[in-house]
Amino acid sequence: MGEKILMKGNEAIGEAAIRAGCRYYFGYPITPQSELTAYMAKKLLKMKNAAFIQAESEIAAINMVYGAAATGVRAMTSSSSPGISLKQEGISYIALAELPCVVVNMMRGGPGLGDIQPSQGDYFQATKGGGHGDYHLIVLAPSSVQELVDLTMDAFDLADKYRNPVMILGDGLLGQMMEAVEFKERPKVDLPDKGDWIITGCKDREPRHIVPFDLDPSVLEKWNYNLGEKYKKIKEKEVRYEAVNTENAELIIVAYGTVARIVKTVISNAKEEGINIGLIRPITLFPFPEKVINKTADNVKKFLVVEMSLGQMVEDVKLSVNGKAEVNFYGRAGGIIPSPEEILKEVKKCL
Amino acid sequence: MKKVFGRPVSLTDVPFTYCPGCHHGIAHRLVAEVLDEFGVRENTIGVCPVGCSVFAYLFFNCDMVCAAHGRAPAIATGIKRSRPDSIVFTYQGDGDLASIGTAEIVHAANRGENITVIFINNAIYGMTGGQMAPTTLAGQITQTSPYGRDPKTMGYPIRVSEMLSTLKGATYISRVALNKPANIIKAKKSIKKAFQVQLDRKGFSLVEILSSCPTNWGLSPVEASKWVEENMIPYYPLGEFRVPEEVA
Amino acid sequence: MAKIVIDEERCKGCELCLTACPKHIITMSDNFNKKGYHPAKQINPEECSGCAFCAITCPDVAIEVFK
Repeated sequence: MGEKILMKGNEAIGEAAIRAGCRYYFGYPITPQSELTAYMAKKLLKMKNAAFIQAESEIAAINMVYGAAATGVRAMTSSSSPGISLKQEGISYIALAELPCVVVNMMRGGPGLGDIQPSQGDYFQATKGGGHGDYHLIVLAPSSVQELVDLTMDAFDLADKYRNPVMILGDGLLGQMMEAVEFKERPKVDLPDKGDWIITGCKDREPRHIVPFDLDPSVLEKWNYNLGEKYKKIKEKEVRYEAVNTENAELIIVAYGTVARIVKTVISNAKEEGINIGLIRPITLFPFPEKVINKTADNVKKFLVVEMSLGQMVEDVKLSVNGKAEVNFYGRAGGIIPSPEEILKEVKKCL
Repeated sequence: MKKVFGRPVSLTDVPFTYCPGCHHGIAHRLVAEVLDEFGVRENTIGVCPVGCSVFAYLFFNCDMVCAAHGRAPAIATGIKRSRPDSIVFTYQGDGDLASIGTAEIVHAANRGENITVIFINNAIYGMTGGQMAPTTLAGQITQTSPYGRDPKTMGYPIRVSEMLSTLKGATYISRVALNKPANIIKAKKSIKKAFQVQLDRKGFSLVEILSSCPTNWGLSPVEASKWVEENMIPYYPLGEFRVPEEVA
Repeated sequence: MAKIVIDEERCKGCELCLTACPKHIITMSDNFNKKGYHPAKQINPEECSGCAFCAITCPDVAIEVFK
């Protein structure tokens, strides 16, 4: 058992990244994730064989990640919604180049400059690609500071395992909150050797290229198919979710991140009023836990999806339920966090 | 008889995809010769751009990464910071470096990133078919300045070397041309100095190379080389704009 | 004694070597290469000084110089 320390979410991500072996961080300040950038500056600037750069833009930052990841090191960038939009170009290139890296998005209200309050409005962007072209990130959705830590560490392993960018999709609330966290001893994971693809200079071998394009459509199609196979494998092997009180529930709420925390309060409040509801909390948003939702829909005929958006994940829930049950939606937008009371009210409306 | 001039080892055997008379090939060869002469090919990582030289990875016989349009200096930064002992260069055109990648080049220079930038200025967008570049001369006709570039509404041609020379982080900046043998010989020397700066860990180096684009200028290769002399060099004077004392 | 060897298949017929040669002993061949260009060829090879101006000007690195 490690020691528990009180940490702010954003700083906990930074500490977790460093403990996961990330020594290269490139970022640009944006509220509400700036503490992470500052934490990395404080730590990495004092370390050897490490780099922290406050880049000129999010575009530059993600491309610095591209360069560093190409040499085989663990590299990371972070931002919040508007800054993540800027990074999309680079993320798309990294996806085709199949470079492992971690991108943190502590979402805030949008669209546009929006505001700086917590939001879940970037679900589509995170899970459906985000930039141009046919690709996916692995998207992890923590709902506590402890999970920020654990999932950040997992993110680097997953990135290396699949040579794929991994996104931590949190929000301003998780980034700003303080909770006790433990940096657990982690079992050693077997990860593929990077030696056969990284760019290190061509001593004793043929030159290598990391070139995310091919003008021959038949070659590029094959490349896309290979990516598709990888995403299929990720869907088979990496789905994570938490199920709470799903046995005999009259209704299942599907929610992730900050909203899922609130729903746990709603479940106990509802119980006091004699209403039995459950929660399915996707921890991986891509791959989406569609099987468990589909299976649950055999027994539970009502679902309520709650998001801090106008309804994004609800589409994936509907696809997963596939008509077997009623899927309702409740959302708050623009940086408003739904209260347990209003969610319970929605639950009652559905029943 | 002994071979006194041939293909440098740092170039592959792949024939260049450039149009007849395009100076890209000369620039490639000069960079490759310098890598050969320093004996650093096996420790070099190049970053190629989007533009005509997007295929440069096929021509340079070293590890290469292809960047998004304009982002080569940021990618080179990530590479160099994680592998400070590698020789890292970018190869960028004028649309790439001086338009869409302006922020990246300015800040890489300002941070004094220990990389070498080969900047091809041919006053036009080549690969997309001859549109106005930030370095297109006033009055120059292109696809997107069909009546000639009017600086009042389209801006003035950017003198990149002079602009970057105002930055304290830049160590070596020069402008050369490839329009005649004497200038090519000087260009080679300048490229060599730029890589020397990097080898000495002295910081950011950039060589701006005035080059021709016969196809999109609508000139024969011989006329295009003359056009460089008569039109480009008067506006873009050749010379060294920043030189560390040790290599001056 | 000097000589140049032009790789006709690499040559794109741009004629830059013609203008670079101080002895004016390079001309264009009447033949086509596989790419469809008239490649450069040397005339009066005995006059070649091996200055390599043709080679350093060639954008396709198609000329080798021997001395």
